[in-house]
Formats: sequence, structure tokens, C-alpha cells
Amino acid sequence: MTRLNDANQVLAREIIGRYPKARSATIPLLHVAQQQNGYITQEAIAHIAELVGATSAEVLGTCTFYEMFKMHPVGKYLINICTTMSCALMGAEQLVTHAEQRLGIKAGGTTPDGLFTLERVECQAACTEAPCLQANYRYRYRVNAAQLDQFLDDLAEGQLDAEIPAHGVVARVRQSIPVDRAVSVVAPDDVHEAPVWMPLSGTTA
Amino acid sequence: MSSYNWAPGFIDDGDRAQIVTSRFQYEDGHTLDRYLATGGYAGLKAALARTPTQVHEEVKAATLLGRGGAGFPAGTKWGLCPEGKWPRYLVVNGDESEPGTYKDRLLMERDPHQLIEGCLITCYAVGLSQCFLYVRGEMALAQERVAAALNEAYAAGYIGRNILGSKFSVDIVLHWGAGAYVVGEETALIESLEGNRGMPRLKPPFFPAAIGLYGKPTIVNNVETLANLPWLLTHSAAEYMAIGTPTSPGTRMIAVSGHVRRPGVFEIINGTTTFRDLLYGDEFCQGIRDDNELKAFVPGGGSAPWFLPDQLDLPFEAKLVGAAGSMLGSGAVMVMDETTDIPVAALTLARFYAHESCGKCVPCREGATWLERIMERLVDGHGTENDLDQLLEIGQTICPGPFPHAASERLGLAAVPFPFKMTTICFVGPSAYTPVHSAVTLFRSEFEARIVKRKLIPVSIGASDE
Ligand SMILES: Cc1cc2nc3c(=O)[nH]c(=O)nc-3n(C[C@H](O)[C@H](O)[C@H](O)COP(=O)(O)O)c2cc1C
Ligand code: SF4
Ligand code: FES
Repeated sequence: MTRLNDANQVLAREIIGRYPKARSATIPLLHVAQQQNGYITQEAIAHIAELVGATSAEVLGTCTFYEMFKMHPVGKYLINICTTMSCALMGAEQLVTHAEQRLGIKAGGTTPDGLFTLERVECQAACTEAPCLQANYRYRYRVNAAQLDQFLDDLAEGQLDAEIPAHGVVARVRQSIPVDRAVSVVAPDDVHEAPVWMPLSGTTA
Repeated sequence: MSSYNWAPGFIDDGDRAQIVTSRFQYEDGHTLDRYLATGGYAGLKAALARTPTQVHEEVKAATLLGRGGAGFPAGTKWGLCPEGKWPRYLVVNGDESEPGTYKDRLLMERDPHQLIEGCLITCYAVGLSQCFLYVRGEMALAQERVAAALNEAYAAGYIGRNILGSKFSVDIVLHWGAGAYVVGEETALIESLEGNRGMPRLKPPFFPAAIGLYGKPTIVNNVETLANLPWLLTHSAAEYMAIGTPTSPGTRMIAVSGHVRRPGVFEIINGTTTFRDLLYGDEFCQGIRDDNELKAFVPGGGSAPWFLPDQLDLPFEAKLVGAAGSMLGSGAVMVMDETTDIPVAALTLARFYAHESCGKCVPCREGATWLERIMERLVDGHGTENDLDQLLEIGQTICPGPFPHAASERLGLAAVPFPFKMTTICFVGPSAYTPVHSAVTLFRSEFEARIVKRKLIPVSIGASDE
């Protein structure tokens, strides 16, 4: 059963309800699916398509455009080492080579125990803290080989579980809009007038 | 203290005006309590005490330049929504991923309420009925901080229905990206927000202010741009204009990375601070690492043409930097010292753009890929004499014309001829060529040193003597 479970369906409906058009929720719902299963399953694609009123092919098309969505299982920890210019200038490629040797895999691969997937990625908006990496989208800055070894050990031993959840979970805090505060969402084509706080002159062409 | 371990990279040495980073000194700067204790939401109140038009006029008068890359004045952009066409939306660009750029993430992690307040002021002034805050997918902490701040602000009555008891009502929705650089381009951002592949739309006709989200007028602004608004409303356009220069007023956040002694993110005075101040100044980067010589630097993010040491005295002023053939872009300076292998450095950027090309237009999809492949074989020692010219030829196909500023007003500075006319839908195409162009034209000998001279082996198959 890799469609969205009951709790996630409730969450999905809440998310969809925030947008004037349901399809806008496609990417957020793909994240929900990846959080549930660790990767994106065909069943989840079909389910999301039902929920947002698109075809499976359309949702799949969206899904495959974005780097973060994995169509097959990856390691519990996705280790993304940035190799764009600022990091490259500070030794990122050497760090990748070290990580490959240490994990016994090539970048792009997953360790046989399913614990680590290693990827070479692009600028992570931490360029002053080069070379940097993310483990499941949590940062480590100015990393050297010894620190990388220690970090991988700590992850493997579960010492960082509180900080770094398993792959699929991105943000652990979600927005929730209180019903009594929410402005009702209206279909874009049903709005013809300026919002009430705008001066009347704003409504004339 | 000058740096804070909860704000990695941020340094506030020196005694400069701080507009957007004033709360980075507090470990709890992201909470509503700290925000309110330090003047938070006073800008919103000041805005609500005026008419939307008055607020819009104040922002226009301040010449608040967009911080996302193009540097277009926010007040002017807000005025581009067609009259009488409703609803209008706000889409906040928090997709920060231009190589070298690191500032919006700090603003979202360290002071999310400031951004939220900026969104509210914008929606009030322009009559925007819903705001979508698009945060880059890979920024887990920023998403958590913005979500928590939104929840707090809703509960306290700053967002939602009848804000602070007024007629002003607006929802702010946190939206997650999922990893694609090109989605930072405003029309791609809108496509992505509509649930599609993040491919840019053709402009014209799809200027967001006219035809944006769901085909409705849409304002797209960068995180840092909006973060300036609370200060602007509690102060004034005149006070804002008093900082910096008339054409580049206020401050801006600059990330300096690469081979400097002290890389970091600084809020600098716009227009007057020079690259030399920034790279060598005591309160900034304190010089090149290991006392090495500076070789070259990228002044405005991966898409910007490179500068040489003799251009260090240029200030952070868009027109002057433009006249010198480059751009300030997204506030990212990448520094290369004498030890830098230029072809390799340029290859990392060529690879970035080739990988991030969305594939919608041929010159970028094919061109960026070819640029990467040729650069790769040049670096690898398998390049040929033709390759350098071929790189420039491919670039010509993507962007046939010179950068207009470089051509028009050079101001006596050595202009780096920058391509501007383009055959592609968005700037990813030209950006793929820019670093290659800079590297090949400024450091051609480094490429030539790696070129293998081809030996023509005489071939005769089946030739007979007869
Ligand atoms: C390929 C490409 C990527 C871009 N990425 C970003 C980005 O990550 N963040 C951003 O604010 N603007 C980005 N921009 C600029 C946006 O298109 C847009 O101009 C900007 O968000 C407008 O906000 P501003 O006027 O406040 O600067 C990008 C532009 C291009 C062409
Ligand atoms: S220039 Fe490149 S990224 Fe931009 S629309 Fe064309 S193919 Fe896509
Ligand atoms: S280049 Fe590595 S984080 Fe920007």
C-alpha cells in the first residue's frame, strides 16, 4: 500500500485547500508521498493525480523535473556534496573522492547496507562555508576528510537521529492555517473586483 | 562579537547601517517574541495607518532595487499590474540557488517575521489577495523557520482575516520547491507553483505583472527585497535614500566565497563600497588567503562575467559595474587566487548550467551541453586547437550581441564584452556561456597549454603504383 495513508490524505486535503487551484499542491503532495515512503511510487503518483485532478502522466512529468524526488529507494541518508564553483575552489572534489573511498561507492550509488546514498550536487546556498554538504538537507559546513568520517560514523550509529530524520522528511514543522483566521480561497476567475481595502480608483480600468 | 554560530557565515564587524540583518545577533531572532521586542510588525502598523497608494509611493520614492538578480526597482514593478484586473497575487522568490549566492536562506532562517511583514506590506500596498512564499526545497531549516513564524503570526492576528482589526485580509501560503535552479526564474517559478515542470515562459507576453499565476497579475519579488520593507515603513524613503547612492540606495547582502582569508556574508552599504573594500578590508574579508595574489573574481553570481584585479576599485553600483561589462546580479562574489586552475573553475560553472538547462529551447539545451563537453575535454587534456574557437562560436549562437552597457557607456573602464542579445527563452542559456567566455578570453593561454596538437597521419589504403 503505497498510496497516501489516511493521515496523509487528510494532510493532502488541507494543503490542497490553501490553493486557488488544486494542481498547485502537486509538488507539496509529492513531498508528502516521499516522506511517507522514502521515494515516489507509481501508486502515489496515481493517487496524487486523483487528488489534484490531473492525469498520472502529468504528475509524473512534474515529478521527474525536480532533483529531490527519487523514483526508486535511496539510502536512509542522502549525502549531497556540493561541487559548484565556490565549493570546488575549496576542495569539494577531494571531499567527494574521499567519501567515495570511505563508503566504497561511486557518487550516485548507495551502500549495500542501504544506509548511505552519495551524490554530487549543485550550489546549496552556503558558498561562504565551503566545502559544504547536506545529509537529508541538513547542513555541515567547511567539512574536511576527518570531519566527514566522524559525521558518517555518527549517522551510522544513530547519534544524530534527533537532528537528521530519515530520507523523505524535509521540514518537520508544517504550516497550519487556523480555520478562524483563514481568508476563504476563491477560484481566480471568480474574482472581478479589487480587494476591500483598496481605494475605489484602483478598480477602474 | 562579530559572528554568530547560529548564523553561519554572517559577519557584522564594523559600524555600518544594518537594515535587514539587525536581528541576526540574537539567537532567538526568528521567534515572534524577539521580533516584537525589537520593533517587529511596527512597519505593518505604519502601513495600515496610510492608504495603499501612500505606501506604494513611499516604496517608489525609495528606489528599492530588486535583489534577485535583475535589480529592477520594486515600486516601479508594483505599478505594472494592469488597472482593473483582479485578483492579483504575490509570489515570493525564496529559491536561492545562483552559484555563489547565500543570503535569502539566512534571512529566512534568522528573521522569518521580517520577511512575512514585508509580504504583508506589499499585499496591502498593491491589493494582492494571496501570497505564496516559495522556499527552495533543499532548505529544510528555512522551511521549518518560515512555517513556525507563519503559525505564530497567524495566531497573533498578523496574517489572515482582518489583520489587526483592519479591512486588510490576506493569506500567506508556504510553498516548497523540490530542486531545480531554473525555477528561480520568475515565470518558471509560477509554472512550478501551478504544479508543472518548472520551465520558463516566453516574455512577452508572459510578464508576471500582466499575466502571471493562473493567468492573473502577479508580483514576483526576492526575499531580500521584501525584507527591506518593514524598515522602510518605520523609517522613510528619505532616510533610506540617505544610505548609499541615489542610483543604488540602501544596503545589500553580499556573500564572498572562495580564496579570501575570511569568507562571509556582509550587509554592505550599496553604491559606495568597492570590491577592494570587500576583499581586502579589515571588517570584511581581510585579503586573499595565504597572502596570495588575486587572479580574478566573479562580481555577481555564477551568471556574471568575471573581473580582473584592475577592476577592484569598482563600487557596488549597478550602472558602473554594468558599464564595465558585468553585473551585480544576486550579491555573490567568488574569489580566485593565483593558484586557481581557471579552466577547471570555469568547468564547474559550465557543468552547472548544462545540468540545469530545462531543455525548452534548443540553443541552451544543446549549446550548454556542448560547452560542458568541450570544456571537459579541454580540462582533461584531450582538447584540440579548434575547441577554443568552437566554444566562442557556440556562445555566439546562444547570444549574438554585445552587452549593451559595455557597448554604450564604458566610462573608460576595460569593458569585458558581454553577450546580451539572446536566442533563448531565459538567461540560463547566456549564463552557460558567460563563465566560459570570461575564462577563454581572459585566460586563453591556460587553455592553450592543455591543448593536444593533432598530428595528421598520412593515410593510404589500397593505393597501387599503377
Ligand atoms: C535562471 C534564473 C534564476 C533565477 N533565480 C532566482 C532566485 O533563485 N531567486 C530570486 O529571487 N531571483 C531569481 N531570479 C530572478 C527572478 O527571475 C526575478 O527577477 C526576481 O525574483 C524578481 O525579484 P526582485 O525584483 O525582488 O529582485 C532568477 C532569474 C533567472 C533568469
Ligand atoms: S534558456 Fe535554457 S533553461 Fe531557459 S528556457 Fe531555454 S532551455 Fe530552458
Ligand atoms: S557553491 Fe557550494 S554552496 Fe554554493
